[in-house]
Amino acid sequence: MTMSTQPLTPEIVSQEGNAMVLSMGPQHPSTHGVLQIMLEIEGETVVKAEPEIGYLHTGIEKTAENLFWSQAQTVIERMDYLAPESNSLCYALAVERLLGITDGIPERARVIRVLFMELTRIASHCVWLGTHGIDLGAISVFFYCFDLRENILDLQEAAGGARMHPNYVRVGGLNGDLPNGFLAKLDAFIEKFPGRMRDLRGLLQANPIFQDRTIGVGILSPEAALEWNVTGPSLRGSGIGYDVRKAFPYTGYDSYDFDVPVRSEGDAYARFLVRLDEMEQSHRIVEQARRRLDTPGPVLIDDPKVTAPPKETIALSMEALIHHFKIVSEGFRVPPGDVYQSVESPRGELGYYVVSTGGNRPYRIRTRPPSMYNLQSVKGLAPGNLIADLVVILGSLDPVFGEVDR
Amino acid sequence: MAVASSPGHFMLAKLDDVARWAQSSSVWPLTMGLACCAIEMMTVTSAEYDIARLGSEVFRSSPRQADLMIVSGRVAWKMAPVVKRLYDQMADPKWVISMGACASSGGIFDNYAVVQGIDTIVPVDVYVPGCPPSPDGLLYAVNLIQQQIREGGRGGILSRS
Repeated sequence: MTMSTQPLTPEIVSQEGNAMVLSMGPQHPSTHGVLQIMLEIEGETVVKAEPEIGYLHTGIEKTAENLFWSQAQTVIERMDYLAPESNSLCYALAVERLLGITDGIPERARVIRVLFMELTRIASHCVWLGTHGIDLGAISVFFYCFDLRENILDLQEAAGGARMHPNYVRVGGLNGDLPNGFLAKLDAFIEKFPGRMRDLRGLLQANPIFQDRTIGVGILSPEAALEWNVTGPSLRGSGIGYDVRKAFPYTGYDSYDFDVPVRSEGDAYARFLVRLDEMEQSHRIVEQARRRLDTPGPVLIDDPKVTAPPKETIALSMEALIHHFKIVSEGFRVPPGDVYQSVESPRGELGYYVVSTGGNRPYRIRTRPPSMYNLQSVKGLAPGNLIADLVVILGSLDPVFGEVDR
Repeated sequence: MAVASSPGHFMLAKLDDVARWAQSSSVWPLTMGLACCAIEMMTVTSAEYDIARLGSEVFRSSPRQADLMIVSGRVAWKMAPVVKRLYDQMADPKWVISMGACASSGGIFDNYAVVQGIDTIVPVDVYVPGCPPSPDGLLYAVNLIQQQIREGGRGGILSRS
């Protein structure tokens, strides 16, 4: 049968041979959101797969252009909703570079940023592992994962005030210092994690059914991974150890001791193992960051042009009052220029290309969402596999559609 | 439900009440995750919140088997016809929870891409505020749906309009 290059539509059902076109999604329990895949199948075997995206297009980039620089962070955090801190940190870093205040961010703020980046990575991988398990019929994993994630959400809620979108990382530092009792909760989490990780490994890693479903399925060669622009754990499962935290360190990642797990098999099982190892490495970083949190200090840059002065100074100083009024009523201004900043989000290289024309609102914010590129590799991975394996392949790529469609 | 118990091994109740009690105790939601709220929707099934206490833990992937549609997240215009079609495919009686600010009113996304409130597409029984609402909020919404059913409100199998 010949491969057609035109997009697949249900109308092209009657082709010669036994091929038929099947639409998977957008409402499907295993597409992890609102993805539609047009499948050309012969029997149970996929001949061609065409991801149809855009069912969650929210216009976040456009909305951000109409908001102040600080307000834009609220909508940007809702792109990758499984790892909100990675979005807000990347955006804040980009704007800080435009403002030229990167070196002025207080050390404590940098440590807490790293702490939350890694906590959010663990939380995101928990959701991935739980849903991946459900897709393959291992339901109990979900409960273990979400219990662990609940601890991290508690920490986020304590620090930022919201469970999922705390908007804690701000341009110039953080929203506020850690609340009383936070460190005790964090210590409890750090202590709980290794045992829970052993449980998760015990449930899945040597499970023969899980191994049968994942080993040798969806093999992504290193060349193909580079061609499809795959990043993150999916790339590292194919033997290429590219990690933004090591390659282009930000927020002081070069001062932490951690490894980048790499597997060379390139199948769904390798990506699974890479993510599990990554959770343990994140735990190592969290431990190191925890040790640096005992020394108090400021968490927000002392620059009245960017951040509002402390509330108690307003009654005492005319200048503080003026600065406060300006920041609240019209935000801060960012010098003209453009900058590309990337961070290692749980899904790969997340980048923001931010353009300023000197105003108090961004001129353009372009996102490089890792899920989008990872998802496109389905086109290359799916042909030749069974429909049931497509679920495994999708799950192992861990796309988040808030980010794909934006 | 008014039940008169006796020393023997039987009890008396109105058939309406028993039917409504049974129906309200097994409201099966549709597996339709849209955005951020969908993650909180999954969280209600986890051990800490445990929606199974309300009899609603059976998420059904087919609209034909579902009683409750939880619209969990922002609905893009491209997704709107799909949501409408899924609602139409659900068998009566059926209920809708609009979960979160985006589904209820468009939320912070007042722009070209997002439906400004899904009540413009499907009838909504309970709105849950929040961005995203806490799982407790969703549990309370399911509770309200159950209450509506027990009181013989809209959509109940024995409801008298």
